[in-house]
Amino acid sequence: MSSGQLFNFVTIGYFAAMILFVGYLATRSMVVAKLATLFAYVGFAVQTYAIGLRWYETYQIPGGAGYAPLSNLYESVVFFSWTILLIYLLIDLRYKQKSVGAFVIPFAFLAMTWAQLRLDATISPLVPALQSNWLTYHVITCFLGYAAFAVACGVSIMYLIKVGKEGDAEDSPAGGIVGIFPSAKILDDLNYKAIMIGFPLLSLGIITGAAWANYAWGTYWSWDPKETWSLIVWFIYAAFLHARITRGWAGRKAAYLSIIGFAATIFCYLGVNLLLAGLHSYGG
Amino acid sequence: MSVKQRGVLGQAWDFFCSLKLTIFSLISLAITSIIGTVIQQNLSRQEYLRVFSEKTYNLLDQLQFFDMYHSWWFIGLLVLFCINLICCSIKRFPRVWKVVHNPLLTPSKQVLKTFSNVDELVVKGDMATVTGRMKGFLAHEFSAPQVNEKEGEVFLYSDKLKYSRFGVYITHLSILIIFLGAIIGNIYGFKGFVNIPEGGSVDRIWLRNGQTPLPIDFSVRCEDFSVTFYGNSQRPKEFRSVLTVIDQGEVVVDKRPIIVNDPLTYKGLTFYQSSYGPAGGEVVTLKVKVRGEDKVDALTLGKGETVELASGDRIRVEDFTSSFRNFGPAARLQVLPKDGEARTVTVFKNFPQFDDERQGAYIFTLVDFDQLFYTGLQVTKDPGVWIVWLGCTLMIIGCLVAFFLSHRRIWVVLSDQNGKVGVRLVGSAHRNQPGFELYFDELKNKFRDALAQD
Repeated sequence: MSSGQLFNFVTIGYFAAMILFVGYLATRSMVVAKLATLFAYVGFAVQTYAIGLRWYETYQIPGGAGYAPLSNLYESVVFFSWTILLIYLLIDLRYKQKSVGAFVIPFAFLAMTWAQLRLDATISPLVPALQSNWLTYHVITCFLGYAAFAVACGVSIMYLIKVGKEGDAEDSPAGGIVGIFPSAKILDDLNYKAIMIGFPLLSLGIITGAAWANYAWGTYWSWDPKETWSLIVWFIYAAFLHARITRGWAGRKAAYLSIIGFAATIFCYLGVNLLLAGLHSYGG
Repeated sequence: MSVKQRGVLGQAWDFFCSLKLTIFSLISLAITSIIGTVIQQNLSRQEYLRVFSEKTYNLLDQLQFFDMYHSWWFIGLLVLFCINLICCSIKRFPRVWKVVHNPLLTPSKQVLKTFSNVDELVVKGDMATVTGRMKGFLAHEFSAPQVNEKEGEVFLYSDKLKYSRFGVYITHLSILIIFLGAIIGNIYGFKGFVNIPEGGSVDRIWLRNGQTPLPIDFSVRCEDFSVTFYGNSQRPKEFRSVLTVIDQGEVVVDKRPIIVNDPLTYKGLTFYQSSYGPAGGEVVTLKVKVRGEDKVDALTLGKGETVELASGDRIRVEDFTSSFRNFGPAARLQVLPKDGEARTVTVFKNFPQFDDERQGAYIFTLVDFDQLFYTGLQVTKDPGVWIVWLGCTLMIIGCLVAFFLSHRRIWVVLSDQNGKVGVRLVGSAHRNQPGFELYFDELKNKFRDALAQD
C-alpha cells in the first residue's frame, strides 16, 4: 500500500476521533472519550508509519537521491497534522483532559483533508537550495512549535467559552457541554504550558532557519516576508508570556493573544506562501 | 535634587520598567512589521509608481515605508524595547541575586505564613536529636541543609536549582547579545557578489550597493562551473563551481568544489554559490590528426578563432551549430595551409568517420560543444555572526531554564513546645506551583515517616 492511501486512512481516523470527541462533550460518556483517544492513537501510529513509508518512497523514484519528506507544501501539511497529534497526545498523557480533544483534533483533521484533497502529492527530488540537513532541523522545530500553538489556541477557545458561560462568578459552574470542560484555571494553565513548549521550539525554528540561510546565502536575516512573519509570531507569544504576569492582562486578554498568535502562525505558514512573494515558495 | 524632579525621574523610571510597556512594544513591533511584508521593500521609484499614485508614493516615502526595517521609527521601537528590557532587568535583578546568594535562612513567622505548602508536627524528644534527624531527612530527600539558630528556634534551610532564577535574565541578555552581533556585522562586515567566468580569476568584489569594486588581498579562480538536472527534466540537481584560491602567488585552496549549501571560507570572506550565466560564446573541442601519423591534438576554440598547428598550417573555426539539419552538432572549419589555397571542411559530431573519408591531409573530429559559463558568487564578511549564534544559544538555554526549571526551597523550623519539639515543614517554588504541590505532598508523607520512626 502506498503512503498516499495510508494517509487517507489517517484522515478518516482523525475524522472519527474528532466526531467522537464532540460526542463525548454531548454524552459525557468516558467510553466515547476513550474510543476517541484510541482513534487518535491509531491514526497517529498509522501516520507515523506512512511518513516513514513516504521517506522510503523518495528513494524509489528514478534519479532521486531520497530525502526526508518535509520539502513541499503537501509534505509539510501532513507533517503539521502529525506534530499536532504528537503534542496533543503528550498533553493528554500528562493532564488527561479529554474534552480538549474536541478543540485540537479538528486542526489535524482539517490539515489532512486539505492535503489529501487539494495538494500535489508528487514526490520530486530536492532542488539544490533544499539539499541541506538544516531543512530537516528547521522544519521539525518550526512545526513542533506550530503544533503546540495549535493546542494552545484550541485550549484558549475553550477558556473563552468557559468564562463566557460562567461569567466571573466562579461559584456557579455552568452545566451542559461546558460542564465537562476543565476549570478556567486549568485551561489557562494548559494554554500557558502549551505555549511554554511552543515558544522555545519556535525560537529554535527561527534560529535554525537563520543558520541555514547564513550557510546557503551568507545572510542570517534579510527581512524576507516569511522571516518577518515568524518574528511577528514570536513577538505575539513573547507578549503573551509577559501578559500572564501583568495585572489586567491575564485571563481573557492572554487567551485572545494566544488565538491571535495562532492566526499569525497560520498566516506565517500558509498566507505568506499563498499571498506574498518571497524565498519560501514551496515545491520549487 | 528637588522632590518634584525626583518624582518626574521616578515616573520615567517606572515607565521604562513597566511590563505594560513591554507588551505595548512587543505588539507594536508585531503590527508594524506587517507593513514591510505587504509593501515590497527597497524597489526603485519607477517600480513603486507602477503600483502607487505619485501622491501615495510621496506619503509612503516620507513615512519610510519602502525601507521600514531601517526607518527611524522602527529602529526607535527596537531601542524602546531594549531600554524596557534593560530597565526591567536592572530593577528586578538585585532582588533575585539576593534570594540566590543571601537566602532567607531564618524567616520570621509572618514570612513563613505567606507560603502555602506547610506541614506541622509536635514530637517527643530533645532539640538536638530532632534537628539531627531532620538534617538527615533533608539531606536524603532534598539537599543538605544549612542550620541556624535564632531566638531559641532552629532553622534548617535547603534549596535546589537556585540558579534557575537567572533563566529569564539569560534570555533577556541573549536578545541584547543578538542585537550587538547584528550591529557589529553591519559596521565591520559587508555583502557583495562577484561573477567569475570559467577559467578566469578575480581579486576584487562588488558591494551590493556600491559602484566601485572592493579589492581583496587574494585572488579566486573559477576552474569550472557545471549545472546538472534530474534525468531529462528541467529540475536542477546541482550547481557546482570549482574554485582555486591564490594568495601571494601561492595556491592555498586547490580546486575546491562549492555547491549551494556548501560555501568556501577564506580569510573571513565566504563565497556562496548563488547564480550562473553564459560567459561569452560557445566553444568546440576538436581533435586533429595528421594523416599517417599517430599523434592527435585536441583543440578548444571559439567561433572565429584561429590556431596554428605544428606544421605551420592554420585552422579557423568559421561556424558551428548544435544541430545542422538532421545531422546533429556540426562545425565548419577553414584550413589555411602555409602555402596554397584555403579549404572549407565540415565535421559532424555524430559521424566521426566522415572527415577521414574526405582523404585530406588532416583528419578532424568534432568531440563536443561546450558552453562557457560564469559563476555568480555571493561574498560576505560578517565578524558579528558568532556573537549572534552565541546570543541564539543563550536564548534557547535561557528559555528552557526559565520555563522548565524551578528554584525550590524547603525550611524546617524546630521550636520548643513545653518540653516537646514542634517541627514545621515549609516549602516554596518560584514557578510551576501545581507540580511543586504534588512533590510537597509526597515530601510531607516522608516527613511524617521520618519523625515517627523510633
